Amino acid sequence: MARFSFRGGVHPLQHIHHGKRFTESRSIEKCSVPDEVVIPLSQHIGAPSKPIVAVGDVVDMGQRIADEGGYVSVPCFASVSGKVKAIEKRPHISGQPTMAIVIENDHEDRLYSGIKSPGRLEDLTPAQIVDAIKGAGIVGMGGAAFPTHVKLSPPPEKKIDTVIINGAECEPYLTADHRIMLEYPGEVVRGLKAAVKALGASSAWIGIENNKPDAIAAIQKAVSGSDIRVAPLKVKYPQGAEKQLIYAITGREVPSGGLPMDVGVVVINAGTAYQICQAIEKGMPLFERVVTVTGSVGIPGNLLVRIGTPVSHVIAQAGGFSGKIEKVIAGGPMMGIALYNLDAPVMKGTSGILALDDKMARPVEESACIRCGKCVMVCPIRLQPYLLDAYSDADRFDDAEKNGVMDCIECGCCAYTCPANRHLVQAMRLAKCEINNKRKACAK
Amino acid sequence: MDKYTLSSSPHVRSAETTGRIMLDVIIALLPATVLGVVFFGWSALWVVLVSTAAAVATEALLQRLMKRKVTIMDGSAAVTGLLLALNLPPSVPLYIPVVGSVFAIAIVKQCFGGIGGNFLNPALAARAFLMLSWPTAMTSWTMPVDAVSTVTPLAAINEAGAGVPSPYLDMFLGNVGGCIGETSALALLIGGIYLVARRVIDPSIPVVYIATVGLFTWVAGSDGLFTGDGLYHMLAGGLMLGAIYMATDYTTSPMTVKGRIIFALGCGVVTCVIRLWGGYPEGVSYSILLMNLFVPLIDRAVKPRMFGSVALKEAEK
Repeated sequence: MARFSFRGGVHPLQHIHHGKRFTESRSIEKCSVPDEVVIPLSQHIGAPSKPIVAVGDVVDMGQRIADEGGYVSVPCFASVSGKVKAIEKRPHISGQPTMAIVIENDHEDRLYSGIKSPGRLEDLTPAQIVDAIKGAGIVGMGGAAFPTHVKLSPPPEKKIDTVIINGAECEPYLTADHRIMLEYPGEVVRGLKAAVKALGASSAWIGIENNKPDAIAAIQKAVSGSDIRVAPLKVKYPQGAEKQLIYAITGREVPSGGLPMDVGVVVINAGTAYQICQAIEKGMPLFERVVTVTGSVGIPGNLLVRIGTPVSHVIAQAGGFSGKIEKVIAGGPMMGIALYNLDAPVMKGTSGILALDDKMARPVEESACIRCGKCVMVCPIRLQPYLLDAYSDADRFDDAEKNGVMDCIECGCCAYTCPANRHLVQAMRLAKCEINNKRKACAK
Repeated sequence: MDKYTLSSSPHVRSAETTGRIMLDVIIALLPATVLGVVFFGWSALWVVLVSTAAAVATEALLQRLMKRKVTIMDGSAAVTGLLLALNLPPSVPLYIPVVGSVFAIAIVKQCFGGIGGNFLNPALAARAFLMLSWPTAMTSWTMPVDAVSTVTPLAAINEAGAGVPSPYLDMFLGNVGGCIGETSALALLIGGIYLVARRVIDPSIPVVYIATVGLFTWVAGSDGLFTGDGLYHMLAGGLMLGAIYMATDYTTSPMTVKGRIIFALGCGVVTCVIRLWGGYPEGVSYSILLMNLFVPLIDRAVKPRMFGSVALKEAEK
């Protein structure tokens, strides 16, 4: 039963049109390439990649420089041509310096000669499609960065009947997926077709929030003649959250603690679908991505950035900061990560760089919970954030677990709404961390 | 290197704050307060001002003494003082609102943890305390300048021969005897619509409470089933004030919509039982206070169904 919406959710920054007006009409532009790129070995969920080059090696753009480090892992590729300068710990968006391959750019952009298409989609078997995706180092580009080939290889008992492209882009300010769908609708659709073939699915949808009518029109034109359906979704945050997207389009609820494959669905970000198409049709690996650079910057826009470009370089390309900056965020304002070191490089999952000034991101002081219940009303998972916050503060993590804190998707709706400005997401994260630590300790 | 703030997401917040909500409540109560002064005269204004000032002063003084952060700027003490005043007869001696406000803020609110911690509605608890302490002063009514009746609408139907029941229009506009804020259903409704539009209150409680009273009193008519005057009871007494502004107090009402409906049903039933078969002509304050006590139980029993929980149960089978 498709309803194209879900219960709960909020409308963040509605008074400034969700911050989309700054960049939604700016077409994708190439970002200038820095003199040095820093390719982290850990930019995805799963085992870090293992380097296969050594300091001093000369590499081409698109050349594989690291192999997958396990089953849930992907290879990494050089995003410029040049010489490997170092393999050492470098700043990372997560805040922890991590191992990275540093390449000195020779500014020649020599494309690796081994790059070629694995074949036409019609001729490839599902296994070959999945291999090609793995071989291109593709991970979820909506931000989660989960290895796509693993997502497309569910265990045989989980039969997948529906593939959904996530074109919701519900985070305020971000417009990267919007521009990809608008400027490359054919590629997004062909990437979806590859995923459908790889999974043997019978049904395919592309979900787009209806504040992007131009993208909806472009995609509808690109799917005409096929049985891929376009779902115009009601604008509400977090419509792009996987579970909410699946519910809105298919009416199915992913079970608590489960995954989309448990209800026969796989969800792929629009940018990832584009990348899948590049891998199949051109053999292109993932070494650059569209990043929305916005907020208090001189020239907000959607830039095509090489993986490994420092955040500071991208901001400079976007005209530098304008005004007193309080926070620089990798991602969107609701779930993004605040940065302290702008030398951290853009990674496969970095969808946005957002500069917020002191008016937008003023640090707020918590006051007492007034028990208004708004957090309960807006939670898309229908948890009780006020209760989990109280349990977390009182170190009663078992009670928090019993009341479903592990199902929290950390969307931020509760904290956004709370009139007392309580740090609800922080309390949930603390509880989840403590519960996970306890589970690991018990497992030993 | 420039310094940036590091904190957990979300990095933006809605403009809604506790202070803004309290301000909205005060704005919503202005029509009823102004009409109360218009109908009952300057003594009503003094009661309002003294009550509000006493509440704010008590909170500030107590928080200072307890070495806690002074939070009077969030407006919640002012709202309590104002609500208490609206629940008092217009010509009470001024020590009554003072004692009432001190009781509401110091005992009911601050001694139980401050805002968010009280287990009873502070203004109503204070009113009950005042009723017990000074029953005569709390039931001496003054009439609006050109009123028809000489008693309040509920007293008129409570005791046989006590007086003529008031016409509906007078009860709707407020041209009847009663507490300062409870007489004009129109003024209270206007404020209520404002609060719903501003998303300050969830309409479930007032709608269910008032509808329950209307239905119950219509069914349980004194001349036989379905002969009761539901409309009279909906307009009379402190029902509008209680249902819209007191029962909806965040801290003392349930956290879920289903819970709120149960709460409002309970308030409605108890109000009618007291009005129709109890000793008092008015049952709103006591019914809300009684249901306040049930709220923790309601919140424990009524939890929202978690997304994915049914699917989990089915998967486990």
